[in-house]
Parts: sequence; C-alpha cells; structure tokens
Amino acid sequence: MSSAADLNTGTGRGKTPPEPGGHRAAATRRKARRIGGVLLSLLLTMLGLLLVTFVIGRVMPIDPVLKVVGDRATQAQYDAAYQAMGLDRPLYVQFAGYVGEVLTGDFGRSISTGQMVIDDIRRVFPATLELATLGTLIGVFAGVPLGVIAAARRGGIVDQVARVVALVGYSMPIFWLGLMGLLIFYGILGWVGGPGRQGIIYDGMVPKVTGLLLVDTLVAGDWGAFKDAFSHIILPASLLGYFSLAYISRMTRSFMLEQLSAEYITTARVKGLSESAVIWRHAFRNISIPLVTVIALSFGSLLEGSVLTEIIFSWPGLGQYITKALLAGDMNAVLGGTVVVGTSFVALNLLSDILYRVLDPRSE
Amino acid sequence: MKALLTSRAILLASAIAVAPAAFAQTPADVLVVAATIDDIITLDPAQSFEFSGNDVTQNLYDRLVDFDPMDMEAGFKPSLAESWEISEDGKTITFKMRDGVKFHSGNPVRAEDAAWSIQRAVKLNKTPSFILTQFGFTPENVDEMVKADGNTLTIKLDKPYAQSFVLNCLTANIGSVVDKELVMSNAEGDDMGNTWLSNNDAGSGPFVLNAWRPNEAVQMTAFPDYFQGAPAMSRVIVKNVAESSAQRLQLEQGDIDVARNLSPTDVDALQTADGVKIQDEPRGRILYMGLNQKDELLSNPAVVEAMKYLVNYDGIAGSFLKGQFKVRQAFLPEGYLGALDENPWTYDVEKARKILTDAGIEGGTITTKIRDLREYVDTAQTLQASMAEVGLTLNIEQMTGAQVLDAYRAREVPIFLGEWGPDYSDPNTNAATFAYNPDNSDEARATGLLAWRNAYAVPQSMNEATVAATLEQDTDKRAQMYRDIQKQYQAEAPIIPLFQRIEPTGLRDNIQNWNSGRSVTSVMYRQVTKGE
Repeated sequence: MSSAADLNTGTGRGKTPPEPGGHRAAATRRKARRIGGVLLSLLLTMLGLLLVTFVIGRVMPIDPVLKVVGDRATQAQYDAAYQAMGLDRPLYVQFAGYVGEVLTGDFGRSISTGQMVIDDIRRVFPATLELATLGTLIGVFAGVPLGVIAAARRGGIVDQVARVVALVGYSMPIFWLGLMGLLIFYGILGWVGGPGRQGIIYDGMVPKVTGLLLVDTLVAGDWGAFKDAFSHIILPASLLGYFSLAYISRMTRSFMLEQLSAEYITTARVKGLSESAVIWRHAFRNISIPLVTVIALSFGSLLEGSVLTEIIFSWPGLGQYITKALLAGDMNAVLGGTVVVGTSFVALNLLSDILYRVLDPRSE
Repeated sequence: MKALLTSRAILLASAIAVAPAAFAQTPADVLVVAATIDDIITLDPAQSFEFSGNDVTQNLYDRLVDFDPMDMEAGFKPSLAESWEISEDGKTITFKMRDGVKFHSGNPVRAEDAAWSIQRAVKLNKTPSFILTQFGFTPENVDEMVKADGNTLTIKLDKPYAQSFVLNCLTANIGSVVDKELVMSNAEGDDMGNTWLSNNDAGSGPFVLNAWRPNEAVQMTAFPDYFQGAPAMSRVIVKNVAESSAQRLQLEQGDIDVARNLSPTDVDALQTADGVKIQDEPRGRILYMGLNQKDELLSNPAVVEAMKYLVNYDGIAGSFLKGQFKVRQAFLPEGYLGALDENPWTYDVEKARKILTDAGIEGGTITTKIRDLREYVDTAQTLQASMAEVGLTLNIEQMTGAQVLDAYRAREVPIFLGEWGPDYSDPNTNAATFAYNPDNSDEARATGLLAWRNAYAVPQSMNEATVAATLEQDTDKRAQMYRDIQKQYQAEAPIIPLFQRIEPTGLRDNIQNWNSGRSVTSVMYRQVTKGE
C-alpha cells in the first residue's frame, strides 16, 4: 500500500513560478496538471496492486478448479472447468483479459459464493464500512483527548492510564478480547446483541438503501430496528475502536509532546495565555496535520476488514470474504476485494490531502 | 481490564443505555439455526455437492423416493413416486407418480418434470452427475433411457442393477424433481436454468427459499400446500456463525434454537447448562488413514499390518475426538446396508514391534502432509509418538485443506489422514472408492478413487466383488456381500478406516424431532416442532 500512501507527498507540491500576466491561466494549468497527476498515479497504483495480487494468486499452491468441481469430479469434468475458467491461457493473456473486464466494470463471478463479485462486494463492503467508521469514530473521540491530556499532564494519572490502555491494546489478542466482550456484555449482562448484524425479528425487514444498517433503519424510520442494529454493532465497533484508540492516543501524545517543548509554546506561556489556550489553540492546531494522516491510515486498515473480529462476531464483512476467497484460490473475489481496499486507501489519501489544505493554508 | 476505566467506558455505557436490556426467545413458529454455511456455492440440486448446500436443497425439493425423518431405519420410502415396478430382466423401473402434488410455483408435479430433472442433471454433467450416470446414462442417450408417459416415469438401466442401489441413489440431492416450466423460463443460453437455479428454488418440498446471502444466512418459509402437510415451523433461518463459542453463547441466550458446529469443549459445557440439550447423531463420514503404496516403506505389508496397531483408537476417541468421533474400523458407516460392526484392531505397540521385527524392518522415516485441522493434526501427533516407539520417524508438514487435497490427488501424500463422506445412501458409494481400482497406473488418473490416490492395487477378486454387489437383487445377500468385502479389506488393504463421525447438535430444550440426516442424508426441518 506504500505507493498509494506516497500520493500525498507526490501530488501538487511542484512549485511552478507564477508567470506575470497569465497568473490565472497558469493556476488553471497547474490545477489540471495536479489532477492529471493524481489520476495517473491512482491508475498506476491500482494496476500495480492488481498485478501483484494476480501473480501471488497464480503462484499459490491452491487449485481453484477443484473448488469449483469438487473433490469427486472426473478428469473430464475437471478439464472442462479448467478451460471454462480460462486457466489454459498464458498468464499475461489472463491478466490482460482480467484488467479489460474490470475496466468495463465486470469483476467476474466468485467461485466460493457462486455470485457475481460485484454483488458480493456490494453486500459485504457496507458491513465493513459501517463497522470501521463507528470504530474509528470511537477511536478518535476517545483517543485524541486522551493523548492530548496525557501529554499535557505528562507523568500524571491520565498519562499512566493512557499508557496501560495503549499497552493492553497493542498486546491483547483481539479474538480473546472479542470473546470476553461477548461473554460479559452479551452472555452474562445481556446488554448488547449477539453475533451478527441484526436480531432475527428484524432480519430482512428493513429495505436496503445504503447497506449500512444504522442508516437504512433510520431512513425507514424503524426505531426498533435501529436500536437492534446498534446493539449488535456497538460491541465489535468498540473493540475495533479500542485498538485504534490505543494507536491514536499514543501518536497524539508524542505529537503533542514535541509541540509542547517548542519555543513558541514557551512564548505563548510567557505571554500569559491560559494553559488550555496554549494546548488546544496553539499546540493542538499544529499537530492536526500529522494526526489526520494517522487517523486516515488507521481507518484504512479497518476498511480492509478485521478478519478475526468479523469471524467472532459473525460479521459478514470484507475481511472474511477476502480471506475465505484467498484460501479457496478464488482470484476473482480476491482481486475484486483488492480493488475496493486499494480504492479506499487512495480515496482516504486524497481526502487527507484535501484536509491538509483546509487545516493548513500554507500548503495551497 | 483497566481499559474499562477510560472515557471509552463512558461511551460504551451510554451506548448500552440505548440498547434493549434483554432479548426475547425466538418466535414459536420460527426455527433459528446457527451453522457454518460458508461452503455453499450453488443451490441448483443438479450441481450442489457441499454439505451446507445439500442441507438447503434437501428441504426445498422432493425426490421420487425420500427418507422419512421420523423413521430413518426404514430406508427410502415412496415420495413423489407412489409406487414402482421392476421388469423381469431387472433393467427397467416404472414409477407411478403421485397425483395432485404441486410445485411452489403452483404448477403440478408431472412425470414429465421427473424425467426432465434426470435428463437435465445428466446433460449439465456437474460433479454429482456420476450418481446418475453410473446407471449407463449419457447426455446422448438419456432422453431415450428416461421417459415420461402420462402419469408414469420409465427408467431403463444398462445393467440389471440392484433395486436398492438405484433407489438409494435417487434419494440423493441430484434426484430432486425440479419444476421444468419454471426453470426453462429462466434459462440463459443452453444452461438449462443452471445460473438462475443456483440462487432460486423450483421445488415442491416442504420449504420455499426466501433468501440466500452467501456467508451470512439462508431463509426459508413453509410451503402451505406441501403434499405431506405444511411443516410446523413457518420459517427456518440458518445463520452463518463460524465460531463455536459464539454459537454456544447464542444458544444459551435463547437467540438461536439449534447450534450445529459446537467444539468438544462447548459441548461439554452445554451438557449441564439450563434449557439446552445435546443430541448426538452418527454421520456418514469416515476418518481413515491411507498408506501410499508408492512409498517404499509403506508398501511393505508388515508395515501396513503394524500401523493398524499403532493407532490409539480408544485413547483418541476418548480424549481429543471425544463426542466427535467413535471407533469404526470398516469403510461403511453405521446405518448403511451391509455395515460391518466389527473393530478387529486395538492399540498394541508390542504387537506392532513384533510384526516389524519379524519382517526384519529396523526403522525408517516418513514425511507426510497433514491438513491443518485440529482433529487431524492431533491424531497425526499421537501416531507420531507411537510410531517413534517402534523406530519409525514421522515428520508432519501442516498445510491447508486445498493444498493437501492437491497433493493427495497427485498421489503424493505418504500417510493421509482425513475424512471421506458418502455421496449417496447406498453402500456402493464407499465400496466403489475404497475397494475398487481397476487400473492403478499413473496414467489412469482415477483421482476420484481413494484406492488410486493411495496407489493401492485392489486385488482383481475384490474389484469384481464390488461390481457384483451392485447387481445383486436379493437385498440380504447383497448386504452379506458387502460384509465379506469389508472383512477382506480389513485383512489386507493399506487404507485403514479409524473412526466414524458423530455430530453433536446443541438444541434448546423445547426443540423436538431434530434430524441432521444421520449417516445417510442431509438435515430435514419439516418434522421439527417447538414445545413449551
């Protein structure tokens, strides 16, 4: 993913000296060139991503034909499926053919679900998106203040707590925390819903609009279904949120410490500004840009889908889908999933790029 | 859990305040099942060959003959066919179709539909088609061999096969009768509706398919006009829950009625839990050990004989396979015609040592590939330990199921540990793969035969006996033939059956008449009721 992540440093930073007289035209040209550059690097990134995934998929010692025809198939049935899947063609022809089809929006059929990959992704990606978004929100709204306070009161009680929280977050296996969470909050206390996205009564009752249940239930105005969906998502989202909190709070703390030791902070303090003004208005504003990067990366990694969380919570998301497809040698599904994940990363990078400009007028 | 003292805890607490505090039991007319159903590829009965796929199609379709979920011992019974007759020469079966049966679409079930369903399955030539084509049907001749005439269906066979053999095969999912008019109206090109039917239902069975969301859920509703009476459960929901502990928690909470994939630990814990019961059923799968005859050491009959005494049968079945498998040293599962209930071997390291010493074998090393499933790896490790006691070194390479299968089909697994599940409810399904291998050469590429995969050159007499058993019209005699084959197999074959699968199902106390299909078929929901 590094090539995608490099985008924000590679785009639009080339300074063209302003031409006298044609200032506006130059600006337009610059903008056009910048957009062109973004598109080109996006295209190259996606192509590279597809190529690597494709090659890995083909050298994997797994026979996708067996998955289709099953263990009991005769040699003739096997051969027929082998040809039908186009595996008898040279690798580069297969790849070119695949890319061609993708460009027309056809991701092919998944052999592990028997469905069109695009339909599969339409079904699984919203589930992951919903979970990752809520998880990141929890991580940001809890992690950022925690990190800031930990840095401001360095060595204090909040700092100590934050350290333990982060340490536990880094070192606890997620499946253990997930199972414990289920056991306590679902099994014993009965506060939250069990595995799955919805209770049985509401399953299939809400018309699908976005695929995000929290949104769809509100659109349908079904308050009961919303509460039910919320009670199912809150535990896995909190779990993911906890892990991103651990990361975000640590990063926030170290960014803040760096700022707080800078001279302009001393100046501000000497000027007699209140401590909260020093921290939030001066230091925090300066860490907002690296923080955006951290949050975007953390969100991106959640969008890939958290396989273990999805398995424990029977969450029909992208992570499970890609993993299962990979183990079955189901390359259409893997490549389709890769395109989605890659696009998400690129989109997030563009988004943080835009946010930079909003947060820091100097970068225009 | 210091983590809970953070601001996140406040957030969580506020979240919980919104959430409902307790969850109701499942509704009285809805059956909620948690199972691992991620293996479903298609719901077309002419193609479905996966456990979970068959679990669905079993309930959407009827066949000419079917099992009675309340009387499994009886074997197949008339279903869409009311009665049948065999011709003098034993090569023609004439079925009389039941009157007044309707498909879910409202179309009547005709002999024409039954004939077309068989023709379609043969012509589509998907994996399970061999269950039908073994009677001599080919895409070219099947229109001649299988014919409808008014209310009767006539099936011609290329040989006078045992009646029990043919009818047992027709209980398989590929024998499902599909709604010709409906399927053909949804055909694309020459696919005979295969693409459409993989997501839809065209049956006459007790349940109608509502929705299938891969890796997520299957929903069915009762068919009110079912010819044997509408099922008690008006809805069946099968949720994909991969984790055993998650299934257990949901069962304890009453959010589900049935948990189908419980680990031994969770089964143990549920034995004493309130409101929950465990039902054990023998299933058809046989866990066996294949000794590849291409391996120089393993092709020595003394080594094969010694290996039979190096498996700690009772120890394994009593510890890590407890409640999941029972000792079974014959290749036909309990519940099959001709099943042999004798387990001749015990764990006896001294005896194995003596056999090896007498044959002058000092020791040796074998490196094998084992699928990374706990059952197989643990079994392999106990085997490794007992082999070490007699001077044999076993190196284990763990791999994914797909990798091991590839190697196995290429005859490259020296010691294979894995399961074989019967394809249909007739003894021939296992006999024809364990005890039949007419051409043992590499070129034969008989990858479907377990004997071939282990390079076991089945003696000619056994090959012939296996074929002869399919032609024996006297059912008692036929059963005896299979027992004889299995005895000979136990005496000399390098493929050693070890255990038969037992499936524990976790049920809420009020669930009655649950039937996972025993060793012969797939799960059936129509007889399930819910008490108080």
